[in-house]
Amino acid sequence: MQSPETEVLRLLSFALFLAIWWIAALLVGGAKLPSPPAVLQVMIAEAASGALFLHLGATLARVALAFTLAMSVGSAIGYLMGRIKLADRLGDPWLILLLNLPALVVIVLAYIWAGLTEAAAIAAIAINKLPTAIVTLREGTRALDRSLDEMASVFAMPRWRAFRHVVLPQLAPYIAASARSGLSLVWKIVLVAELLGRPNGVGFEIGVAFQLFDTPRLLAYSLTFAAVVLVIETLLVQPFEARANRWRPRAA
Amino acid sequence: MRLEVDITGKTFRSAAGGTHEVLAPVKFALQSGEVGVLIGPSGCGKSTMLRIILGLDRDFAGHVARPPEARIGMVFQEPRLLPWRSVEQNVRLAAPDVADAKLAELFRILELEAHRDHYPGELSLGLARRVALARAFAVEPDILVLDEPLASLDDALAGRLRDEIATLVASRPVMTLLVTHSLDDAVRLGDRLFFLSPRPARIVAEVPIGIPRDTRGEAEIAAIKASLAQRTQGDRTERDAS
Ligand SMILES: Nc1ncnc2c1ncn2[C@@H]1O[C@H](COP(=O)(O)OP(=O)(O)O)[C@@H](O)[C@H]1O
Ligand SMILES: [Mg+2]
Repeated sequence: MQSPETEVLRLLSFALFLAIWWIAALLVGGAKLPSPPAVLQVMIAEAASGALFLHLGATLARVALAFTLAMSVGSAIGYLMGRIKLADRLGDPWLILLLNLPALVVIVLAYIWAGLTEAAAIAAIAINKLPTAIVTLREGTRALDRSLDEMASVFAMPRWRAFRHVVLPQLAPYIAASARSGLSLVWKIVLVAELLGRPNGVGFEIGVAFQLFDTPRLLAYSLTFAAVVLVIETLLVQPFEARANRWRPRAA
Repeated sequence: MRLEVDITGKTFRSAAGGTHEVLAPVKFALQSGEVGVLIGPSGCGKSTMLRIILGLDRDFAGHVARPPEARIGMVFQEPRLLPWRSVEQNVRLAAPDVADAKLAELFRILELEAHRDHYPGELSLGLARRVALARAFAVEPDILVLDEPLASLDDALAGRLRDEIATLVASRPVMTLLVTHSLDDAVRLGDRLFFLSPRPARIVAEVPIGIPRDTRGEAEIAAIKASLAQRTQGDRTERDAS
């Protein structure tokens, strides 16, 4: 996938980051910016008590649910809007509204209307992701090759077979792109939703750390979360994207 | 089984509001076992007519009576293969019931055996056309529609492929509609030739060929071509005189 040189450069870059952090910590002082070992110590303590995994697990579960919900509903709506002119005309004003609604507004309103519940949190996160999923899939659907649809219809392919073998492969790159951008959006929003109205999760812990001005704790949680995000993106999202684009003759 | 085409007109509307008349009244019928050939200049409306006949374009004036249960095999002007599926998958997706032996025979006749697992992006135009032919024959069609299947191939390959089409058409009772520019292809493959005018297309001459396809030798083919040439020559002088 990547050349050894790139791997070495990455490691060097990471080491440089740690070095700068450490030096800065020495200059500024441990209260404002704890040194790497201090943060590591908190991480180990939280992991040993199980709290770290509990909060990470809660956050990941919310991400998974909201992401799946937004992707499936958004893809279906986007496909319909791309295929059916009337659906496009009806849906477009809603889409523009959703696209321009700040995430914070959606989250606060969801908590006010549905209470400080799990369902409200997940719905709010999903609604933030929904419009971009719709837009991407609508674009993909509009770009579908009509001549292949005609081919499928002349050969009397059943609907499902045509969808699976003719339509879906053309949509796959758009679904992958939407998944990738969607996931990075959901990672950010889930923390806000947790901070404002959930009794657990990484966002909740960061809120607690903020109130106590507990920087080591704050860094321990956010860095662990960032690492998990990085691992999921490289191990899950990138291979899926590469697979979706596999048949393309060396396109960018 | 009988195909009746009675198109009274087809007009494309441009986005600017202009109209573009592509088909004049066109009327003909075809029987099972017959090969009808549409011959006409480029851009006269042949592909448009095929799309109407196949039910892909319903925005036209007139009527097409196609046997409702008829299985259709089509070779489009461009191969229209699925780039993300292999050659064999492309054929099997259109013809899920095709027997392995039948498929093997088709691939042998069309010399595609070595390319079963290749993807369309890896094929030359000639090979892609042959895959499109294999796909059309694999469905064991009742109606076979070929839109310039031999265009832009070199003469040797076109000749071989034409013989293969003749073999395949003769191997089962099928109604065939072939579009071509080439008088030679028309006379070798066709039972009835329909000569079309420039756009908007109408049938200027319908020429049945009396000699059955399998007994047509080189001498007969040359004779038919000569008489047709004379005829079109005659048409032209007539038109020039008027
Ligand atoms: N979708 C379309 N919209 C507008 N004009 C079209 C469309 N399809 C074909 N035409 C026009 O109709 C005419 C006939 O096209 P076509 O049937 O493809 O010709 P042929 O197959 O005989 O070469 C051409 O002038 C072409 O530009
Ligand atoms: Mg054409």
